[in-house]
Amino acid sequence: MFDMTRTIIANFFSKAHTRLYPLQTREPFPNVRGNLFNNIEECILCGMCQKRCPSQCITVDKESQTWQVDPYACVYCGVCVEHCPVHCLFMESPYRKPAAEKVMNRLVQVQGPAKKTKGAAQ
Amino acid sequence: MSTIIPFGPQHPVLPEPLHLKITLKDEIVTDAIPMLGYVHRGLETLVSIKDLDQMVQVVERVCGICSCIHAHTYCMCVEGILGIEIPKRAEFLRIIWSELHRMHSHLLWLGLLADAFGMESLFMHCWRIRERVMDVMEATAGNRVIISINKVGGVRRDLSPDQLRWIAQVLDELERELDAIKPVLTNDYTVKKRTVGVGVLTKEQAYELGAVGPTLRGSGVAQDVRMTGYGAYKFIDFEPVVEKDGDSYARTMVRFRELYQAIDIVRQLIRKLPDGELSVKVKAAKPEGEIVCRSEQPRGELLYYVKGNGSKFLERVRIRTPTFANVPPLLAMLPGIEMADVPVVALSIDPCISCTER
Ligand code: SF4
Ligand code: SF4
Repeated sequence: MFDMTRTIIANFFSKAHTRLYPLQTREPFPNVRGNLFNNIEECILCGMCQKRCPSQCITVDKESQTWQVDPYACVYCGVCVEHCPVHCLFMESPYRKPAAEKVMNRLVQVQGPAKKTKGAAQ
Repeated sequence: MSTIIPFGPQHPVLPEPLHLKITLKDEIVTDAIPMLGYVHRGLETLVSIKDLDQMVQVVERVCGICSCIHAHTYCMCVEGILGIEIPKRAEFLRIIWSELHRMHSHLLWLGLLADAFGMESLFMHCWRIRERVMDVMEATAGNRVIISINKVGGVRRDLSPDQLRWIAQVLDELERELDAIKPVLTNDYTVKKRTVGVGVLTKEQAYELGAVGPTLRGSGVAQDVRMTGYGAYKFIDFEPVVEKDGDSYARTMVRFRELYQAIDIVRQLIRKLPDGELSVKVKAAKPEGEIVCRSEQPRGELLYYVKGNGSKFLERVRIRTPTFANVPPLLAMLPGIEMADVPVVALSIDPCISCTER
């Protein structure tokens, strides 16, 4: 009985352990694999990420100069980031927001990395 | 007259698709037949299309709760065939994350058990405590559950001195929180009424039926694969946790005491963590040969058989998960108990059906 009273009183005065989620969000930890981005203008479209990805969610097309990831198939393992030769892929800690529609993250390269494209063309 | 009742595959207390065909005489169970196969995903077959490195991410998904240990065992196998020795620091880091996985798995299970016998507050407290472990995982490894830190040849992330200090601090808090719920487990009438003397598995039965993990140790057999000293366990002092009674309560207490043990192991690992590299380079590995590796998961002994054929795709990966070994002992526990106790007894082996069926 004494235990219970003490617990009840303690619970009245202590901070809640839960959050009112959409209104109140927790600060993400740094270095969390939250979302995958590509700095497309530096990408050499080598296709290494597509080859190494265990869930086959990246599609690189050299012809149309596009790089596309299916954020709903990606498992956020970070393997592609480690294998990118020019380090243009990176992960950021805020998680992806919920969405009503599944939209692919499709990026089109406009200019491309100046020197490296030339080198590859020669 | 006897009645046959299907228990599962969808059951309010059991999130796993375990299906038991239970024969009842009045309220007493006389026989139980398991029916498995609802969540077979064919993960073992994926070796033919995923190469050696990609398989690490695949085997992690055999079981969400003990993903790190699956990947660890798989990497041990491949490294064993290739004859690679990984850096000592990587061995230690792998075990730190494995033990964190053990903690969060046991806390999750404890919560589910409390939920099964209707003690919602204990369930919520266990999961609140578990959240601390998940935070550690998220902040250090980058993901909450499937943390993807193992790779063939080592680990993918390091722990900085700051992070190690923070983990040690969290472990202290965790220990205090566990001390706070300990009286509930040891003294509470509700807990004891539903678990003491229910689903007894004798020492002989446990041994003969091939029980593993806490189910075996709860029946008084001191067998723990970690004692074989794989990975960094050879540098750590610990004893297997054993309880004598073999009932659901004994299995609960084994897991609860293993939480303290895991805290202690992580503390020792942090103290003894050597400096050095995180991984060795494995270039264009083409393993040839076969190997069997064992490790201790939260649920018991895990066995991997890996066969390489000299290409970057493995020929065969065979996984024997602990629940597979624990189903026959479960069937021995069920006859003689009341129907209302079936969920608690079924949960007391900590069934993980998804990993059994892979
Ligand atoms: S690996 Fe890097 S550079 Fe190559 S295609 Fe992918 S993102 Fe572009
Ligand atoms: S994070 Fe993993 S799953 Fe996602 S795109 Fe990169 S390699 Fe593929």
